[in-house]
Amino acid sequence: MSASLRRVAAIMVKEVLQIVRDPSSILIGVILPIFLTLLSGFSTNLDIDHVSIGLVLEDSSPEARDLAASFTATKYFSVRVAHDRRVFAKDMISGKVRGLVVIPQTFSRDLAQAGASVPFQVIADGSEPNTAQFLQNYAQGVWLSWMQVRAEGKGEQFAQPVRLIPRTWYNQELVSLNSLLPGGMAINLTLIGALLTALVVAREWERGTMEAMLATPVGPLEMLAGKLAPYFLLGMGAMLICLGITLVVFGVPFRGSILALLAVSAVFMVSALGLGLFISSVARNQFVAAQAAILAAFLPAYFLSGYVFEPSGMPWPIELLSRIIAARYYVSCLKTLFLVGDAWALLLPNMGGMALIALVLLGLTLKNTARTVA
Amino acid sequence: MNAGPGGLPTGSPASAKPAPAQPEPAAVAPGLVAPTAQAASAPAAPAQSMSQDSTHAAQAQSAPVQPAPVQAASAQAASAPAAPAQSVSQDSTHAAQAQPAPAQAGSSQPDPGQPGPGLSSSGQPGPALSGPGQPEPAAIITASGLVLRYGKAGPPALDGISASIRPGRITGLVGPDGAGKTSLMRLLAGLMDAQEGSLSVLGLNPATHSRELHGRIGYMPQKFGLYEDLTVAENLRLYSEVRGLPAAERAATFERLLGFTGLAPFTTRLAGRLSGGMKQKLGLACAMIKRPELLLLDEPSVGVDPISRRELWRMVRALADEGIGVVWSTSYLDEAEGCDEVLLLSAGKLLFSGRPKELTSRVQGRVLQVRGLSGHEGGSRRAVLRRALSLPGVIDGVIQGRHVRLVLGAGAPPPDLAAMRAGDEAVLTPVAPRFEDAFLDILGGGPGGVSALAQGMQSKPESGHNMVEARGLTKRFGEFTAASDITFSIRQGEIFGLLGPNGAGKSTTFKMMCGLLKPTGGQALVDSLVLGKGKGAARARLGYMAQKFSLYGTLSVRQNLDFFSGVYGLAGAARSRAVEGMIEIFGLGPLLSASADELPLGFKQRLALACAVMHEPAVLFLDEPTSGVDPITRREFWTHINGMVERGVTVMVTTHFMDEAEYCDRIALVYRGRVIAMGSPDDLKEGVARPELPDPSLEDAFIALVERDDEQRAEKERAQAGAAKSVAAA
Amino acid sequence: MNADRLSRIRALVIKELLAVLRDRKSRTVLILPPILQLTIFAFAATLEVKNIELALLNKDGGKASVELVHRFEGSPSFARVFPLRSQQEVAPTLEDERAMAVLVIGERFSRDVAAGRPAEAQILLDGRRSNAAQIVQGYAQSIVEQYNRDLVARYGLPAPPATLIARNWFNPNLDYLWFTVPNLIGMLTMVVGLIVTALSVARERELGTFDQLLVSPLSPGEILAGKTLPAMILGAVESVLIILAAIVLFGIPCVGSVFVLGLTMVLFLFSVVGFGLFISSLCNTQQQAILGTFTFMLPATMLSGFATPIETMPTFLQIVSLANPLRHFLVAVRGIMLKGMPLLTVLDTIWPLLLIAAVTLTLAGWLFRRGIG
Repeated sequence: MSASLRRVAAIMVKEVLQIVRDPSSILIGVILPIFLTLLSGFSTNLDIDHVSIGLVLEDSSPEARDLAASFTATKYFSVRVAHDRRVFAKDMISGKVRGLVVIPQTFSRDLAQAGASVPFQVIADGSEPNTAQFLQNYAQGVWLSWMQVRAEGKGEQFAQPVRLIPRTWYNQELVSLNSLLPGGMAINLTLIGALLTALVVAREWERGTMEAMLATPVGPLEMLAGKLAPYFLLGMGAMLICLGITLVVFGVPFRGSILALLAVSAVFMVSALGLGLFISSVARNQFVAAQAAILAAFLPAYFLSGYVFEPSGMPWPIELLSRIIAARYYVSCLKTLFLVGDAWALLLPNMGGMALIALVLLGLTLKNTARTVA
Repeated sequence: MNAGPGGLPTGSPASAKPAPAQPEPAAVAPGLVAPTAQAASAPAAPAQSMSQDSTHAAQAQSAPVQPAPVQAASAQAASAPAAPAQSVSQDSTHAAQAQPAPAQAGSSQPDPGQPGPGLSSSGQPGPALSGPGQPEPAAIITASGLVLRYGKAGPPALDGISASIRPGRITGLVGPDGAGKTSLMRLLAGLMDAQEGSLSVLGLNPATHSRELHGRIGYMPQKFGLYEDLTVAENLRLYSEVRGLPAAERAATFERLLGFTGLAPFTTRLAGRLSGGMKQKLGLACAMIKRPELLLLDEPSVGVDPISRRELWRMVRALADEGIGVVWSTSYLDEAEGCDEVLLLSAGKLLFSGRPKELTSRVQGRVLQVRGLSGHEGGSRRAVLRRALSLPGVIDGVIQGRHVRLVLGAGAPPPDLAAMRAGDEAVLTPVAPRFEDAFLDILGGGPGGVSALAQGMQSKPESGHNMVEARGLTKRFGEFTAASDITFSIRQGEIFGLLGPNGAGKSTTFKMMCGLLKPTGGQALVDSLVLGKGKGAARARLGYMAQKFSLYGTLSVRQNLDFFSGVYGLAGAARSRAVEGMIEIFGLGPLLSASADELPLGFKQRLALACAVMHEPAVLFLDEPTSGVDPITRREFWTHINGMVERGVTVMVTTHFMDEAEYCDRIALVYRGRVIAMGSPDDLKEGVARPELPDPSLEDAFIALVERDDEQRAEKERAQAGAAKSVAAA
Repeated sequence: MNADRLSRIRALVIKELLAVLRDRKSRTVLILPPILQLTIFAFAATLEVKNIELALLNKDGGKASVELVHRFEGSPSFARVFPLRSQQEVAPTLEDERAMAVLVIGERFSRDVAAGRPAEAQILLDGRRSNAAQIVQGYAQSIVEQYNRDLVARYGLPAPPATLIARNWFNPNLDYLWFTVPNLIGMLTMVVGLIVTALSVARERELGTFDQLLVSPLSPGEILAGKTLPAMILGAVESVLIILAAIVLFGIPCVGSVFVLGLTMVLFLFSVVGFGLFISSLCNTQQQAILGTFTFMLPATMLSGFATPIETMPTFLQIVSLANPLRHFLVAVRGIMLKGMPLLTVLDTIWPLLLIAAVTLTLAGWLFRRGIG
């Protein structure tokens, strides 16, 4: 074994011992990933059902009551019925109901006049736009199917020349968990790669151990390699733990191959580590390093990666910014691996993007980890 | 082993003095005074051909070409063989040392006939280089005109440093904090580059060949540079790997180093759990795992108790004897005397380089002790010191137990005992000068003896009872008893010192006295009140100055003063009077808007004292109050303390500094959680005096008392074991 | 005595404010994240779907199919509509995310329409982006509805069911920023409150100045007040600035009373500072405090109703979220700014904040003097 390899190995052993003994490494490297996966698995659910709505039944005709019943029947709504809309005015403001369905006194009369304007109203609470959007869509659906049933019941036929048949691929039931949980793994690896590494390297500067190491024959490249490897493994381990939880506890499908997942994650992990090392090579104290890691690594990975929020929906400068965030490429790969399979045509360009980012960051780091201590 | 041509008296300490034609060349900018004529004479000397090996000869010959072979000694190195007679022309002390007799050549020189003590490692050149009767070894470090600046503004951290450092010696890098010691160390270790000047370490340029250099040196940074969450053995293994120690040698090396440092029983302990002294020993072990040619130790003795300090010195001395070059930086001036050579730094400038004796000899005969002061009470010696310092000719003075030590200016007549009102029995006794005396002499003397702070203070009324009292204080942390049954009381107007090795329970006791830690048993009383919860009134009566001067670093000087005056309930006119008073007394005026973090250490210390005493406390608690500060600020500090004590303020202080302990009226020595000795500094010293050590220092007393306690404990254990055995047998 | 106490607390508050504001690092932490979050993440945190790329496989080519395609192309919802040549291209297009959805029009489409038979078109959606898929489906559906109505009118077919046109209260255009920015007010205020408090005690412990405070005549209550007030002042100043930015720069309406908003903010800060002090009283080093704050912030954000609605969470998490100050605050701040929530309703929403503050502050005060009598 060459002297250089021996040195790298020695630093790796040291780093592993430190990880095992340092509560903060265990916290960020093991406990947080598990905790976050479980928490996001349980809490992050965009599929809105049982939205509280208030149903104002001003008309007591059989038709009105029948429509009201079909609102009550669907699982999308949990309905409270009143006969006066003023009853719900307060609840709309306090957020206890997310919307109102008003069936006015004129309902049955308007209904009889074909082609008349809409005989009833749906009012959504716009202060939560996503929920409002869904409420409208669901209400529309309920209304349409009620009309259809009613028309068929009367033996009438109403013309619907074109019908649009939606088919969702990869995630037939549109379970949002299936797309959110895989993306969450990117957050965990970012925490380990960037936040934890930034903290531990900054700690070495603070405690003077870096100075002592730099005064030995260890070179900057050896120091980086020795430090990278254990955290790389820790990150991959955390990734596998998250994978296990995602598959076993939450039953998310996994259609790709483990090999592809490992390959993609490895590339991402290097870029995350690169970011962490870069931060710590600039900020040599833990306070600044932690703040920088949260600002430059965690928040972008959360907001700009497509984990929850779609980059395509963002204004173009921000969308452009999201392209230099490695997590964006990783999230895209993860969702594909879980729900589609080994789509190399998509994976490879994404891996290329991450590799490029990793190279730039590591290069900058190497340039910054100068020999000088002050 | 080559004893040199005819056993010429070279290489011994005295020969370091240059020719008499140049009276005190080492004192001023050493780089300028290299007697080139002598250096040039070297190649002509026939002795050169007989010297060790061709490399050294070549280096010696190159001496005149090199930019300024700085110190007197280096010049002598080359000239000595040619002009042996020169060394004889010194004053008698030095002439005696100049004899070739090995015994007088200073402890650093191993007996030429014997191999180096203990540690000689296989296959290395061995200790021969520095043996007496040899020519001066060639310098392993030569620096000239080094200038280092951090940022553009402000004075440089290093300002034109020129020096050369030789193998087989301990070279002290001495100076107060902020003098530039660490900066210079980092330059030597190739961790930073100087902006100007040239530097060669082990024949390499550290700026360009740092990695090659790193393979050949051992470096111990100022902060404990080892991994605290790794065990002793794991740290050693890490360093053996990164330094490329062959696996076959590992076991033997570890055994040797662990034995050498006494860490063998602690191999599985986490480094973070070691005491300060053990940490430094481990650091030393790691730095020398693969026998370095040069060992750079940056303040290895900070936070280390006297016992561990002595052990560290013993180890480093052994290494130097093996021929390793050692650079030891320290802010403790007393350590300078143990070095073979010294570079004295102050504010980035080199004030002196050469043998420490050379410097101290300059104040020879000007250092006196006032002995036989009437009464044993502290009051009188403090008053005597105060008066003495205002006499003309007295440039410095400190309290040493019951005596007062004075340094006179050059050519000053002996001071007038009557003017000091020292009493009828007082006598002036000349004593041996110390390095610190000489340092102060260079700096132009210490401050005056009158404390403006104390003058502005009201005398505390006689309280008639003990101001501070510890009654059976006990503190347990789980199974571990940190302090057990500690009892003492401090009278009003007394300075009481808490001393003890690291981890002995000194800090625990101190914290319990301040109310920062709740005792498991017993009581801590301040002015007859128990501190702690809800006793704001009692706490208002005390002042507290923490280690490292805990100021608010981002706040300005004025804001710190405003804050502490506010917290201590000063308001309105009283508050602004107090703040203004402090600004004037401590000369903080020009620095009012500077952040506390940016202050030079001396001013930080002054500001911390100002914040602690602004509310005129009756009791003052000081935790390592002057560590690292320059001697002048330290004297100033004690002038204030002495002045306040004369006004009836009571002081409790913890310290590692034996000089500081000498100021105390009484000392409690805490060891293994108990008070093992209590009394005045002189009591403690006299208690350990033996025929072979008739006049022990306080440090000697400290060590002897701790060792005695260890013996007693061991004896007791033996007795108990014996008793148990006999019981079992019965 | 009382005046003494006030002047001591005053000294503490001034010290604390200066310590934060004079330190470049602390200043950066207070200023940079809010600016970045407001300028970048406010726009990023959107569930809206824009710039949708739609692939089109028109196997028909008849008049009706072309008409339908034109409608998709003309819709502002779809940024780009590009044709596919064969069925084989469909799967890779979707798989490689070249399009969010594929509209497939069968061979008989135009003939069916012309013949008055129900004609079918398929829209294939990318389920990896489950939220976007649903929204895209909604867009497509409404285009088809409109086309249907036109066809009905053209051919005089039986009247189709009236399309429901929903209205939205409080945010008529469903502008996502109206939702994001008030939420960010809460998040950023929380970050400021937590960082100022959580780090300040840990830093003082590390530097030894905390001992200095404990040795002074200050009582634990005074120290607590001296830590709480500055954080609240800084948090309040910062939140006022953010609210101003929200109203002036982002044009978010503030329908409700400014006074009620202020009161809510104070209560919220109080509870956040309580949490911050609690965390910091547990920590001895800044590193622990940083990680502690972070570990608190993550679940606090996730369980706040910001990214995902509380209603969709399992019951046990809904209960846990009750201890989260951000959850209560977000309901109130959106309510006040967008809905003009009156004082009584606000109080009904935020009273748990007082409880949270009381519990955390008590614990913090108790922990401050750990081990000290």
